[in-house]
Amino acid sequence: MSKRLSTGGRLIDRSRRIGFSFNGKPLAGHPGDTLASALLANDQMMVGRSFKYHRPRGIVASGVEEPNALVNMGEGKRFEPNQRATTTELFDGLTARSQNHWPSLDFDIGGINKHLSRLLPAGFYYKMFMYPRAFWKSVYEPFIRQSAGLGQAPTERDADSYEHFYAFADVLVIGGGVAGLLAARHAADTGARVLVLEQTAHWGGRSPVDGGTVDGSPVAQFIDETVSALEQMPNVTLRRRCMGAGVYDHGYVLGYERLTDHLPYAQGPRHRLWRIRAKQIVTATGAIERPLSFAGNDIPGVMLASAMRDYAVDYAVSPGERVVVATNNDDGYRTAICLRNAGVNVLRVLDARSAGGGALMDDARALGIRVDPGRGIAKVGGGKRVQSVQICAQDGVGGALEALKCDAVAMSGGWSPVVHLWSHCGGKLLWDEAQAHFRPDPEHPPLGADGNGFVRAAGASNGALALCDTLADATEAGKAAAKAAGFRRRNTRAPVGEAVSERPLEAVWLMPQQADVGLRSKSWLDFQNDVKVSDVQLAAREGFESVEHTKRYTTLGMATDQGKLSNINGLAVLSDALGQPIPATGTTTFRPPYTPISMGAIAGEARDEVFQPIRRTPIHDWHDAHGADWEPVGQWRRPYAFRRGSESAHDAVIREVRNTREAVGLLDASTLGKLIVKGPDAGRFLDMLYTNMMSTLKPGRCRYGLMCNENGFLMDDGVVARIDEDTFLCHTTTGGAEHIHAHMEEWLQTEWWDWQVYVANVTEQHAQIGVVGPMARKLLDKIGGMDLSAEALPFMAWADGRIGGFDARVYRISFSGELSYEIAVPASQGLAFWKLLISAGAEFGIMPYGTEALHVMRAEKGFIMIGDETDGTVIPQDLGLDWAISGKKEDYIGKRAQARSHMADPDRWKLVGLETTDGSVLPDGAYAVGEGVNANGQKVTQGRVTSTYYSPTLDRGIAMGLVLHGPDRMGEEITFPCTDGKTYSARIVDPVFYDKDGEKQNV
Amino acid sequence: MLILTCPYCGVAADETELACGGEAHLTRHGPGSSDDAFHGYLFSRKNPRGLHVERWRHVQGCGKWFHAARDTVTLQVFGTYPAQSHEPPEDIVRAIRRRHPEWTWKGAA
Amino acid sequence: MSEPVSALQDASHDGIVAVREDGLQGMITLRGDLSAAAVGSAIKDVAGLAVPEGGRISGDRTGGLCWMSPDELLLLCPHEDADANVERLQQGVKDTHSLVVNVSDARALFRVSGPAAREVMAKLCPVDFSPDAFTPGMFRRTRMAQVPAALWMSDDGTFHIICFRSVAEYVFGLLKVASQPGSEVGAF
Ligand SMILES: [Zn+2]
Repeated sequence: MSKRLSTGGRLIDRSRRIGFSFNGKPLAGHPGDTLASALLANDQMMVGRSFKYHRPRGIVASGVEEPNALVNMGEGKRFEPNQRATTTELFDGLTARSQNHWPSLDFDIGGINKHLSRLLPAGFYYKMFMYPRAFWKSVYEPFIRQSAGLGQAPTERDADSYEHFYAFADVLVIGGGVAGLLAARHAADTGARVLVLEQTAHWGGRSPVDGGTVDGSPVAQFIDETVSALEQMPNVTLRRRCMGAGVYDHGYVLGYERLTDHLPYAQGPRHRLWRIRAKQIVTATGAIERPLSFAGNDIPGVMLASAMRDYAVDYAVSPGERVVVATNNDDGYRTAICLRNAGVNVLRVLDARSAGGGALMDDARALGIRVDPGRGIAKVGGGKRVQSVQICAQDGVGGALEALKCDAVAMSGGWSPVVHLWSHCGGKLLWDEAQAHFRPDPEHPPLGADGNGFVRAAGASNGALALCDTLADATEAGKAAAKAAGFRRRNTRAPVGEAVSERPLEAVWLMPQQADVGLRSKSWLDFQNDVKVSDVQLAAREGFESVEHTKRYTTLGMATDQGKLSNINGLAVLSDALGQPIPATGTTTFRPPYTPISMGAIAGEARDEVFQPIRRTPIHDWHDAHGADWEPVGQWRRPYAFRRGSESAHDAVIREVRNTREAVGLLDASTLGKLIVKGPDAGRFLDMLYTNMMSTLKPGRCRYGLMCNENGFLMDDGVVARIDEDTFLCHTTTGGAEHIHAHMEEWLQTEWWDWQVYVANVTEQHAQIGVVGPMARKLLDKIGGMDLSAEALPFMAWADGRIGGFDARVYRISFSGELSYEIAVPASQGLAFWKLLISAGAEFGIMPYGTEALHVMRAEKGFIMIGDETDGTVIPQDLGLDWAISGKKEDYIGKRAQARSHMADPDRWKLVGLETTDGSVLPDGAYAVGEGVNANGQKVTQGRVTSTYYSPTLDRGIAMGLVLHGPDRMGEEITFPCTDGKTYSARIVDPVFYDKDGEKQNV
Repeated sequence: MLILTCPYCGVAADETELACGGEAHLTRHGPGSSDDAFHGYLFSRKNPRGLHVERWRHVQGCGKWFHAARDTVTLQVFGTYPAQSHEPPEDIVRAIRRRHPEWTWKGAA
Repeated sequence: MSEPVSALQDASHDGIVAVREDGLQGMITLRGDLSAAAVGSAIKDVAGLAVPEGGRISGDRTGGLCWMSPDELLLLCPHEDADANVERLQQGVKDTHSLVVNVSDARALFRVSGPAAREVMAKLCPVDFSPDAFTPGMFRRTRMAQVPAALWMSDDGTFHIICFRSVAEYVFGLLKVASQPGSEVGAF
């Protein structure tokens, strides 16, 4: 059994005990424990089941590479699935549940899959679920959905908050082990601004566990001194619990800082996403030990040798009482020695190398540990826990020489540098034959904006596995990074580490080397996704030669751990099956993030109130207090309708339309864009921008204009007012101000830069209020201050003045067909002016109206709406707006495009009005069908609805639509079969339904 | 996530402060142009693998359009210059040629 | 005529920094050739200041000039003086191609102050706000989360932020989230 040792534990505080629960069972641990170490201390070796076969799985690793120990963490608003027990710091009250089993971890029905494993080979899903097609929806998908996915999705809102932080560094060091700290120290000594990220809660990485000396002192002491020195330097920022998640173009790096995962009730954000720009980056990300591929290597109790060492030294946890170590390199002996020194019975070291190891082997033997060279594990016995191993010759087929009863197995297959961050942005790798791993190729680093490399690997992540090599490598990396960032190299010395004489590793990709198929099909490569040696070999036999294809076919490396343990072993097996060297097979692509990061961290502050900007007019709060139903228009919020009491929105719209047509309505039109265009060439410029002639507009007058893009398509419309000889004010649609402003600037800056025109966006300077309806003039006369008679201010004119004591600009323009004034006042007084109109208008029956009433009234008048009648493929000619296209102008933006043959095609659908024969309301977007079918067997269409409303004025449904030869088919009936199951019949009519002669607006 | 230095305000702007406008130095074809010429202007935009001269706008900043010469594969930036130019300035051409000796502006010698 | 009001009517919030909507602020956009003598003298006449260098601000809220772009300045003055100053500027530059317009009400102004001010701003803007990189006197247009903003420091612990009036509540919300207790970064 695994248990807490009576002494030791570098990281735990034995003086305090804290409570937590696992699958509802109350357990205890110490501050400083990880969830994994605390579980092991409570003999909870089995922590979950595998994804495909639901095999029992135990803790394999001690860090981010852990594939098995994923738990559902927390409850309610703080529930989160797939949390790694090995990187979860224990806190009082932590609750965790294991995943992938039903009904319980110990008894799992899905485990039956393991007995079917011969029927579930690689590519099973692809092969099995392909045919018959009809089965997909009713049978296969429900089955897969039920069994797929790790953990559970949270059901409640996340109680925590998150944030981003933009940081800048000359030298960013990723990894706070001995290499990272040393590189940081040497970079910082030059004066460079240095930022160091360490993913765990502790500095020093593996070195305090692995030991060794630096300049004659213990490495742990060197780390403490280096951290203290760095903390004193004003140009250095040190962050723990902050993982370098990804390296991107031009030195952009994401850091994922976990602030309160270990302090769940602390104030402040839970995670912070660091968005870093670094001139130079040092990746000091260490190395990860590889498992060995032998039968039963997934049984709980089989662990990485280095992880066993970590648990023993850091947490005083012994993974078992009788341990067997299997290794192909000298590092495995460190675990044997460490455990032996901790009082654990180490039964045997099985060294796959026929000549055994170097000095460390001698040390182990001196401690009385038996070492068997040339031996390996044929098979591990046990189900939910290791019970025995069968020992075999490594170079054989797996014939058992001896069986040993034991309860834990340590495996060491050598070390692979963590090259992820080096590789994210294009750094290339070298195959290091001697150490049997890929490491960064210094000749091919990721390239920055200046064309030079901006990433350096240091220490173990660079293949410098021995402490003495790491010290020299990291010193040089730190110095070189600072120099590349523009700082003067200082003549500082690299510390010296003691050299240990090690015997070279011998690559072992399968144990034993000639293992038969029975053993190979129990030798796991990817623990989380249940991929075995035999699966990869099958893929190769079936012709999957590319490592990327094999990955997807077998799902090797596609689990949440992204193959941190399995990738190298898997591609070695693939290479062997293909009969080619490993570098010829290559690696799969390393993609960020290095380990999964929370969705909350990615979103940062962008949730709830500040999920996205909501633009508010100066009158917004009044609307809110007076029953407004809101409609989003771009980022603006506009009142859709103002509901009174229990009134429905539909009834409110009817009331607002009638009141505006019969008395007076008030519209908050502040959202309409307002652009000032000024300069000697302003008229000429607007002639190019609008389809009609603007340069002939007289000061004091207004003109409706259409704006097209260079493709000829209608993009915006609005009323232009000429302020003076040099100055125009262009109204745009709501939400159009910014992009039309940008459109103008683009042409002025990039095409006609010699024209003298300036543009300013003054949209928000004014609150603009529409006073609309037959009583509008009476109301404004009552407030007083300006002569707004038909003579003084005729239709399509504007004037400056004072109304009711407010500085105002009044436009006599109408989008409703009624007598209408749009009045602009300073935004700071917009609400006061609105309130004045509301109170003074009471006697005239004034009511505010919203966007839906606005739409209904404009449709009754046959006015088009950008975004309804237009969709980016419609030209003004389609809409019968030829009257607004100047024939006199040589050029305007879009003119040439409108001359293209298909733009002039008489078969283009054209705007008409549509009147249902029974008065009902046509569904929006409905298509009219014609005779016959098209090449796909679908009914031929001949038109579609672009706007459709119930018209309170006419008490019937009215619509506008684009119809084939529409204007030539007045009176004809066409049919619209709709998705509501009904077929509508509508008559083609003139799009102007109300006051065709425009008498009402021109009074 | 590129960084480009705006030649107007000198800010080394983050890509999130910029907007890309595609190929630079287009010649506008208006009324009277042939169908082929107009089609080429409207639709046939370069998007090469390698050296590219592009339009960018410092949209979350000074609002000005500028041009950038960069390599779309290595992401090396050879320089930025105001949009009010008919061709890349000489110093940028020299910087490009140091990396791409065979490169010439629109095929000129 | 009624009392003009700012977007949030001087709303305030105290977290790890103090956030204040700074009330009404006179702001005038001037577009023109900033090197032209007429522009320089009109500016000098109205603001009492020389045209600032690129990326800088001269003066302060009561009378200041912000460099917006190579052909645009923003003049700061008391809100009630803005219309009169527009008139004077227009007179001063009337013979040269230019555009002068009052934009006071199109904007909102915030003040963020306290020792953590740099950190709070660095949560929202892709700008290097370390003390060596950003100093009083600099003027930066950038984005604040999802909206445009312009900002400067009047002293080492005080930022002034201009945004559009319609998004004042959004910006205020951003600053409240970014200054929540317990969110100190300790990076500067
Ligand atoms: Zn700029």
